[in-house]
Amino acid sequence: MAGLHAAAPLRVIRDPRPPPRLPNTVFGTLAFVVTELMFFAGMVSAFSIARAGSVLGWPPPGQPRLPQMETAVNSFALLLSGLLLYIAGRRFARQRRSARAPLFFAIALGLFFVASQGVEWVALIREGLTLTSSQHGGFFYLIVGSHAVHAAAALCVLAMVALRLLRGRLQSSTFTAARIFWYFVVGIWPALYLLVYL
Amino acid sequence: MPESAPAPTHEAAHHEPENWVLKYLWSTDHKVIAMQYLVTGVFMALIGGFFAYAFRMQLAFPGAEVPGYGLVSPSDYNALVTNHGTIMIFWVAMPVLVAAFGNFLIPLMVGCDDMVFPKINRLSFQVFFLSAVVLLASFFVEGGAFGGAWTAYPPLSAVGEYSLTPLGSTLWLVAVALEFVAFLLGGINFITTAMNSRAPGMRLYDIPIVVWMIVIASVLFMLSVGPLIAGAIMLFMDQQVGTGFFDPARGGDPILWQHLFWFFGHPEVYVVLLPALGITAEIICIFSRKKLFAYRTILYTVFATGILSFTVWAHHQFIAGIDPRMAHIFTITTLLISVPIAEMCFVYIATLYKGSITLNTPMLWGLAFIFEFLIGGVTGIFLGASGADIYFHDTYFVLAHFHYTFFPIAIIGTYAGITLWFPKMFGKMLNDRLGKIHFWGTIIPFNLIFIPLFFLGGLGQHRRIYDYVHFPELMRENVLFGLGMQDLRVLATVSLLVMLAFQVVFFVNVYLSLKNGPRAGRNPWKATTLEWLTPSPPPHGNFAELPTVYRGAYEYSHPDRQEDYWPQWEPEFGPGAGRG
Repeated sequence: MAGLHAAAPLRVIRDPRPPPRLPNTVFGTLAFVVTELMFFAGMVSAFSIARAGSVLGWPPPGQPRLPQMETAVNSFALLLSGLLLYIAGRRFARQRRSARAPLFFAIALGLFFVASQGVEWVALIREGLTLTSSQHGGFFYLIVGSHAVHAAAALCVLAMVALRLLRGRLQSSTFTAARIFWYFVVGIWPALYLLVYL
Repeated sequence: MPESAPAPTHEAAHHEPENWVLKYLWSTDHKVIAMQYLVTGVFMALIGGFFAYAFRMQLAFPGAEVPGYGLVSPSDYNALVTNHGTIMIFWVAMPVLVAAFGNFLIPLMVGCDDMVFPKINRLSFQVFFLSAVVLLASFFVEGGAFGGAWTAYPPLSAVGEYSLTPLGSTLWLVAVALEFVAFLLGGINFITTAMNSRAPGMRLYDIPIVVWMIVIASVLFMLSVGPLIAGAIMLFMDQQVGTGFFDPARGGDPILWQHLFWFFGHPEVYVVLLPALGITAEIICIFSRKKLFAYRTILYTVFATGILSFTVWAHHQFIAGIDPRMAHIFTITTLLISVPIAEMCFVYIATLYKGSITLNTPMLWGLAFIFEFLIGGVTGIFLGASGADIYFHDTYFVLAHFHYTFFPIAIIGTYAGITLWFPKMFGKMLNDRLGKIHFWGTIIPFNLIFIPLFFLGGLGQHRRIYDYVHFPELMRENVLFGLGMQDLRVLATVSLLVMLAFQVVFFVNVYLSLKNGPRAGRNPWKATTLEWLTPSPPPHGNFAELPTVYRGAYEYSHPDRQEDYWPQWEPEFGPGAGRG
């Protein structure tokens, strides 16, 4: 691009096209979420193969059982958070200010989920379940850990959205994209819970 | 983009940057990013070519000092072969065919000012550049670069004590993972731009085929890369944390990696093939002055290829211990996928039929692509059939086969694209005579490198052997036209030297053409797609005003026209008229 051309004067081009059915941000997020789904699908199928091929039983003897009940409560909190975010989206379309309360509670429940996962991990490591203790431990921390990283990243996005909402600068396409990502985090969790914990 | 406004204005919002750094290194302009990808890709191609030179010299003259490299030790040989493959696929074919051409062509061909996410685009190149640095750095760490083949099968790749490159194999893995992240970011941009930012009037079936091909390639990439990223994280943990996902000594399953790798690895072939097929389609239409034969059929064929490409991966694992009944299924799907590709070749030949053909440099590259790729496809039939593959597996027959697919894609396809769009990229015409010298100086040696390797593979020459001197059954005399097996190896190596030498012609041609070449003007090839509407090279923001599209992309030899072509942007009855 050697400067063969003079700098063109800035001009606004009027675009006669109707706005796209899916705004760019939403479209891009959807494409990203599809890739993420394949990422988890890869891990889950690897896990299922390893579990089906285990001869000692799953989890192997001498390894701690996973806290199914505590995590069930936790999962309920996460699902509730997804529902609250859905309500926030509905309210945002009608009156922007009214989306604040459900959004904040959704974030709080998400934080509760990630924090209690952390508490759960500390207990499990004390009981002897680590990355290297068995295949079972490796896959547990890999899959649940990947999900936790996604949840934490999504919470950062939601926090940014909340900040913009407070300042009145939140665009609806940004909000939709952030919601899609959180629905993804919430939506794959039941599948992971049923596969990994039960 | 504010969407509360009823009709969003498509603003040329960013001024052309004044600063040199902002303009060429930190730019968000899709054309600059395309050039960054192209230059990095060509640089990596030179490194990959140099590696090929070093290990081919070792194979032809075992134990002799290689000029410019020195003695090739066995571990050097492994590292050179591994990184030759890795570089040529991930740091040459991907960045040049998908990223460079995708970045340059998509906004110009669909008629918008830039990618929809320019900053993500810039980030994509920066991550890619970092990945290239990490890969090259692996040659300078203790133990040297990774030498466990580009497929990185565990347990060799998973355990430092086996591979003897504990740090090199981790750097290799990190580099590949970073590279995937870069193309993920790029792919989101390509798909969204082509779907959301088309010029008014451009319907889905008016999109030039090369844009479709790059978009579908990006979709395939994004659908297939997830499992491999998961696998890469697991392999990384095996290497550095001590987990046992893939190491049987720690309770893991090494075949699992092969499945995760090839679930990505096979669609990856189509990820790089499709852009090359698209470039060829553009060239064949322009230089035979014919409408593309069966545009929609090609499109549906590509969709079918994309879906089928997810069902063939285990044909790489026929002798890895998979169930023979599974092998039958994968044989069938593999043979099925050759049908749409063969159909595409027929469609291109049908486009040529009764055309007014100009045999200039881009056209020669385009025709050579079809011809050479066809040889790769036909030899693939033997390897896709599990019964034959059991004998061919890991011989030079496999090696020659995939070089007959990847060389046309990565090298011929790239030269085809560069010679076609060079006038648009730089505003100057390439010299046709030098271009033809370069063409024949590349194509003839290429065939002389790999045809002998087919025969060597048929004679049982195994891959990944550093020195054949100690294998008397692989040193037989008089196997082909009085030549012995070692003579065939020398023939392949000498042909490689000739081919590498002829690449100098290309760089001389580029240099001379940039300096003294005739100015290209807007539309030197009299082509119909939107990128030929803007000045060459296109200014910042691409179009002076947003173009409107009135018809499909391939209106050549139109009977109602005095000129033989009808550009997409020309209205039917004077400016401003709608679609007829």
